[in-house]
Amino acid sequence: MKVGLFVPCYIDQFYPQIAVATLQLLEKHGCEVGFPLNQSCCGQPMANSGCESDSKATAKLFVENFKEFDYIVGAAPSCVGFVQEHYDIIPQTEEVKHVREKIYDITEFLLDILKIEKIDAKFPYKVGLHQSCHAQRGMRMAQSSEINGPAFSKQRQILEMVEGLQFIELDRTDECCGFGGTFCVSEDAVSAKMGKDRVADHERNGAEVITGGDVSCLMHLEGVIRRQNKNIKMVHLVEILNNTSPTP
Amino acid sequence: MNHAQAATQFIKDEARTDWHDKALWFVRYKRDIQTKKVPEWEQLRELASQIKANVLSELDSYLIQFEENALKNGVHVHWAKDAHEHNDIILNILKAKGVRKMVKSKSMLTEECHLNPYLIQNGIDVIDTDLGERIIQLRDETPSHIVLPAIHLKKEDVGETFYKYLGSEKGASDPKYLTEVARGHLREQFLTADAALTGVNFAVAETGGFVVCTNEGNADLGAHLAPIHIASMGMEKLIPRQSDLGVFLRLLARNATGQPITTYSSHFLKPNNGQEMHIVIVDNGRSEQLGREDFRKSLYCIRCGACMNTCPVYRRSGGHSYSYTVPGPIGSILSPGIDLKKHSSMPFASTLCGSCTDVCPVKIDIHHQLYKWRQIIAKEGDFPLSKKIMMKVMGFMLSHPKFYRFAGKMARTALPIMPRFMLYNNLNAWGKEREIPQAPKQSFREWYLKNRE
Amino acid sequence: MSSKSYILERVKQNKPMLSVLPVVPMFERKDDVSLISLFKENLEFVGGRLIELNSKEELNGQISEIYPDLKIIASTLNVEAANLDLNSIIDPHALKGIDLTIIQGDFGVAENGAIWIPANTISHRVLPFITQHLVIILDKTQLVCNMHQAYQKLDIHKADGFGVFLSGPSKTADIEQSLVIGAHGSRSLVVFLV
Repeated sequence: MKVGLFVPCYIDQFYPQIAVATLQLLEKHGCEVGFPLNQSCCGQPMANSGCESDSKATAKLFVENFKEFDYIVGAAPSCVGFVQEHYDIIPQTEEVKHVREKIYDITEFLLDILKIEKIDAKFPYKVGLHQSCHAQRGMRMAQSSEINGPAFSKQRQILEMVEGLQFIELDRTDECCGFGGTFCVSEDAVSAKMGKDRVADHERNGAEVITGGDVSCLMHLEGVIRRQNKNIKMVHLVEILNNTSPTP
Repeated sequence: MNHAQAATQFIKDEARTDWHDKALWFVRYKRDIQTKKVPEWEQLRELASQIKANVLSELDSYLIQFEENALKNGVHVHWAKDAHEHNDIILNILKAKGVRKMVKSKSMLTEECHLNPYLIQNGIDVIDTDLGERIIQLRDETPSHIVLPAIHLKKEDVGETFYKYLGSEKGASDPKYLTEVARGHLREQFLTADAALTGVNFAVAETGGFVVCTNEGNADLGAHLAPIHIASMGMEKLIPRQSDLGVFLRLLARNATGQPITTYSSHFLKPNNGQEMHIVIVDNGRSEQLGREDFRKSLYCIRCGACMNTCPVYRRSGGHSYSYTVPGPIGSILSPGIDLKKHSSMPFASTLCGSCTDVCPVKIDIHHQLYKWRQIIAKEGDFPLSKKIMMKVMGFMLSHPKFYRFAGKMARTALPIMPRFMLYNNLNAWGKEREIPQAPKQSFREWYLKNRE
Repeated sequence: MSSKSYILERVKQNKPMLSVLPVVPMFERKDDVSLISLFKENLEFVGGRLIELNSKEELNGQISEIYPDLKIIASTLNVEAANLDLNSIIDPHALKGIDLTIIQGDFGVAENGAIWIPANTISHRVLPFITQHLVIILDKTQLVCNMHQAYQKLDIHKADGFGVFLSGPSKTADIEQSLVIGAHGSRSLVVFLV
């Protein structure tokens, strides 16, 4: 199985350790992983800002980079979801269709494709799980609190395999962190307020660590935590699953 | 002022913002509890959505059927293509009967049409009788929420308003006392009004009747006492069958306020003895919205307000930060169709978190429509040129990996050595309350080339 | 062109392809929960009070016990305490002084505590709204589970042009979201289940 490693732009530039963890995690579970060196971004920032047409060239580049792989995997539901949902902006060639169909977020790939049941990792800390809106309401990787139905969460399910990890429960299970792409700067007052409230919810409920699957949310919350000098660590769930997370 | 600027003003009082956020979240919490008591909740949402889809697809015949039946019931039916015609029709009805005072229950449509100022200009005394609406009418404000019009006010604000206009005790702020003051004041209005106007929650094509839902009983006190009852309805309020009310009345109050049903669900079919009953069917942009394939589902809306209660942006920016009468997520997909330039900032007042879509009782794909309006606004609306250029630059950079890598390298090299005052200033909206990520020495790609290639 | 034809013409042009009207099931409850206890639970949730009577004869005693001080009492039923002749009143404004009204409810809805009151049973439409306090007598065999069954049961054409589902006393939460019972309509509601 040939897996193409998709490393979203801000992971590549600011959080390379998350990409390293993703790569190692895939390899540990028997994947042959390739990293197309000419990749950049999925194109979402322009599209969410209303400029979908400015995303087309980036989308085409993406497909060019990943069309040869059996699967494409990234540690970012938001970016993966964008490829799945919005790559209808470019002509639907077989290659485009293939990429849209075979791209996975790491959590779903491990659970649904590799069907792993065990993870060799230990993380004896109190952890708050911030499920990004795109993971939850976009890709339906978890039941959203608005909808009545059996509760489930794939990210939680996989983290439960980690030894010693203890979940804290939040007052508002799935409130948005306020990042929202260019929203974080065009509506900076609301965005920052949402970030502060989200961090406060974790703090109130005793989290030592906030984890999640989307780096954009984590970057936003980390920005708040560092500004407020809070004693909470921010780590991506692949770092925990790969046993390479910094400890609080 | 665009939404971001108005929101910044609102948030300046952080304690009050927290209070506003919590008050609305509590409504959402109550909603969750009530909806979970209905095992078929999700089926009801789906049914409601399908009924509304059918209504839109046969709206012309339902309108004709409704009018025929209403006429048979002895009700006068009027058609208004826009706000001005709606206001004119009502003024003419009132003038013909020499009406001087009209009591009015909650109707977002009359807010949309700016009926009150029009009638007042023409010498009619208009009294809003819903408590929240009366409060804001006395304060000369607009509703900040479609179900909870005075949710932006604290009880002390209401106390002050009632002291000033209704002669209540100075400094009083007990909601029970203030409600009693309003009860006394408004009873007098009900008893002396020459006409009553109500909104319409649902109009039933097969009977020609309509349903008005309130908790306070103000619609009924007005409509049954006054010799003239006028009901203003947006034409999308139609439902085909009376039995469809079973679906919608189960959804509406539970989703709106966490009540199993509103206190009064009043079914009007025929005028009372000696009374006149009028229905004004209003288009005002609805037929145009019907023609917009991507946006017509916004006409499913039953005005429960749950998308406002759940919206993390609305809760922290207040209803008055939006430029349209209907604020929040639903307002942000209705307003661009009315005036694209004026309401250009509304679809951007969202993180696209999707909570509105999941809470919607008729399954309007609200956040997808927000995304789609953004695409149109960037082309035709009031969209900053700087942002347009920025997006072009980003689009170019991200599709040319060498430029992307160069820009990334520059940023990572510059960030650690730049002095704080250059990084954190008014030009950096991110940095006002958040730190910029710490830049690592090497990108993942650089790590990969060194360690794996 | 009249506004009506203008609107209808535009709707015709702009409406989407035909979408089928769904059949709505009755959603009968499968558990054997008692309708009376469900009705009671919901009525109390919406601020009402339920009193079960063994026979109609107990009604007069109950009324004088619960409302010893109320002066003007109107009823569409044969109640001892009633002292206002509703038939003599033509102008509904004259009902403004009523302290207590006692009426018959048509049937109740267990899932929300609502009671169907058609205009033909209340002599004046405004009666249950203008009264300060309200009492509704309900036959305990006349309870349905949910609103689907309620609409199956009611006949709007026999209602004399108006009917209301009434659930609890009037209320508002417009001031700071704090619930206040007794907004514009009745300040209290007692339902006697016979």
